[in-house]
Amino acid sequence: MARQVTNRYRVLVTLAAWCVALTLSFPIIWTLLTSFKTEIEAVASPPKFFSFDWTIENYFIVQERSDYFHHFWNSVVIAIGSTLLALVIAIPAAWSMAFVPGRRTKDILMWMLSTKMMPAVGVLIPIYLLCKDFGLLDSRIALVTILMLMNLPIVIWMLFTYLKEIPGEILEAARMDGANLKNEILYVLVPMAVPGIASTLLLNVILSWNESFWTLNLTGANAAPLTAFIVSYSSPEGLFYAKLSAASIMAIAPILILGWFSQKQLVRGLTFGAVK
Amino acid sequence: MGKIVLKDVTKSFNDVNVIPPLNLEINDGEFVVFVGPSGCGKSTLLRLIAGLEDTSSGHIMIDEKDATNMSPSDRGLAMVFQSYALYPHMTVEKNMGFPLKMAGMSASNIEEKVKAAAETLNLTQYLDRKPGQLSGGQRQRVAIGRAIVRQPSAFLFDEPLSNLDAALRVTMRLEISELHQKLKSTMIYVTHDQVEAMTMADKIVVFNAGNIEQVGTPVELYRTPKNMFVAGFIGSPKMNFLTGEVAVKHGATTLGIRPEHIDVSAEQGEWEGTIVLGEHLGSDTYFYIDTEMGAITVRQSGEVGFKNGDRIFLTPQANMIHLFDEQGVRISD
Repeated sequence: MARQVTNRYRVLVTLAAWCVALTLSFPIIWTLLTSFKTEIEAVASPPKFFSFDWTIENYFIVQERSDYFHHFWNSVVIAIGSTLLALVIAIPAAWSMAFVPGRRTKDILMWMLSTKMMPAVGVLIPIYLLCKDFGLLDSRIALVTILMLMNLPIVIWMLFTYLKEIPGEILEAARMDGANLKNEILYVLVPMAVPGIASTLLLNVILSWNESFWTLNLTGANAAPLTAFIVSYSSPEGLFYAKLSAASIMAIAPILILGWFSQKQLVRGLTFGAVK
Repeated sequence: MGKIVLKDVTKSFNDVNVIPPLNLEINDGEFVVFVGPSGCGKSTLLRLIAGLEDTSSGHIMIDEKDATNMSPSDRGLAMVFQSYALYPHMTVEKNMGFPLKMAGMSASNIEEKVKAAAETLNLTQYLDRKPGQLSGGQRQRVAIGRAIVRQPSAFLFDEPLSNLDAALRVTMRLEISELHQKLKSTMIYVTHDQVEAMTMADKIVVFNAGNIEQVGTPVELYRTPKNMFVAGFIGSPKMNFLTGEVAVKHGATTLGIRPEHIDVSAEQGEWEGTIVLGEHLGSDTYFYIDTEMGAITVRQSGEVGFKNGDRIFLTPQANMIHLFDEQGVRISD
């Protein structure tokens, strides 16, 4: 028998869902509101929710003071560069593990995942020294490489999960139909794996965009992405909440918009394989 | 052309020997069925012929050429898989045209050939659909269509009807047989269903644990099975095997008699028993009879006037008795 859903139950669940959603998004909403306040109103007690003088001055000041587009471009290069590089390495790796597994494939997968369990700070000093010796401190290339390496296990795992779902018989059929490896990948595997590759790409771009440990530790001015740009507003002279909020909104807006339009893909990517 | 010869072919997975040295000759235009219980190595052998698995040793000759180390695409064979293995993102037309595209054929030629194949298989109206919009039978037809467009030297079928319901299986069985009559190409068909084997094959190869137990026409296997395995595997319901005094009397360890080769009577006969269960199929009646020698199955044409619990007398048809020695090997007549 189907479960009976009463109206009261429905209202309660809806209310609960709204409460959870508002709690989760409150920091972002509050940051957004603060970014339109003056510095005085931003620290006003009791806090002002909507009854304040709305201004977009903070956004202009932030752009004037610290060249938003320079940092934005760094973020784009680092996030997309590290993701594409990770995909180039991960696609063949995931392909071989999904379709030509060896005796140690499972162990390798687990080992790769286990590297994510180590705190990043554990390898900070060696990586910092390596970057210093190779003259790569404050360079995009160092961040692209490091973020690629950091996210590679997740990228390989996600792609592996996707490719594993593609029946091997379809690839065998392609081989019987005369397709060589290139055509098999081009005409059969990739079209079937496109949703998987796309959601892996999206998730990795988001992870790289939001990464702050390595970006803060390894960059100064030249290669600093938006994460470093936000931090620059929490200065020793004190916190400028309104400007910090404006900077934060400017930093998260691109990824928020990207996430908004691709949420269907993302959810599918994150829950893929959960049910048949 | 489509002659396939297997010479001392073996296959091992790690330390497990799946196919011991095996020799087999399949002539051009023959419809050969590999039959055997699950896990007997018949599908593995088909995949070895297709080139989807590498042989551990031995040679596979296709049309007099050594194809052992050729890639699947170079062997000139087409395969129909149990799961259909259609490309889900392509339409029926694209699915069927894919092998031709891979062969570098022009778009107009591909269209022409696909249309011809679609007509043969009654798929013309589905050419624009994707596999997900088709029924099981239609999908299997597309898979067959994809195989026939490229005019391969031989077709390989890996349990192609297993995913279909019983009624559709019979229809498709007939269609594949008709296709063979029409194309006259070599076809190798793997199944565990001995009815499919008996109805479709020119030649049946019975497998057991990687070994070929017997090769022959369906009637040969039915009439003169080489051993108890073949005798028990071919024929439905399966052959009765009796041991003890009744077999010794005939100079054998085991006496085999098919259910349809036992006459029944209410008054007299060689053996006596009690009907445990009767299955009435209309055209036939199966009786499961408890006797002193053990359980015996009897098949009678039409309706027979016995009911459960009745005493019944059985007489095996003398010229239909099969005798086997202690190794289970047939004792020559």
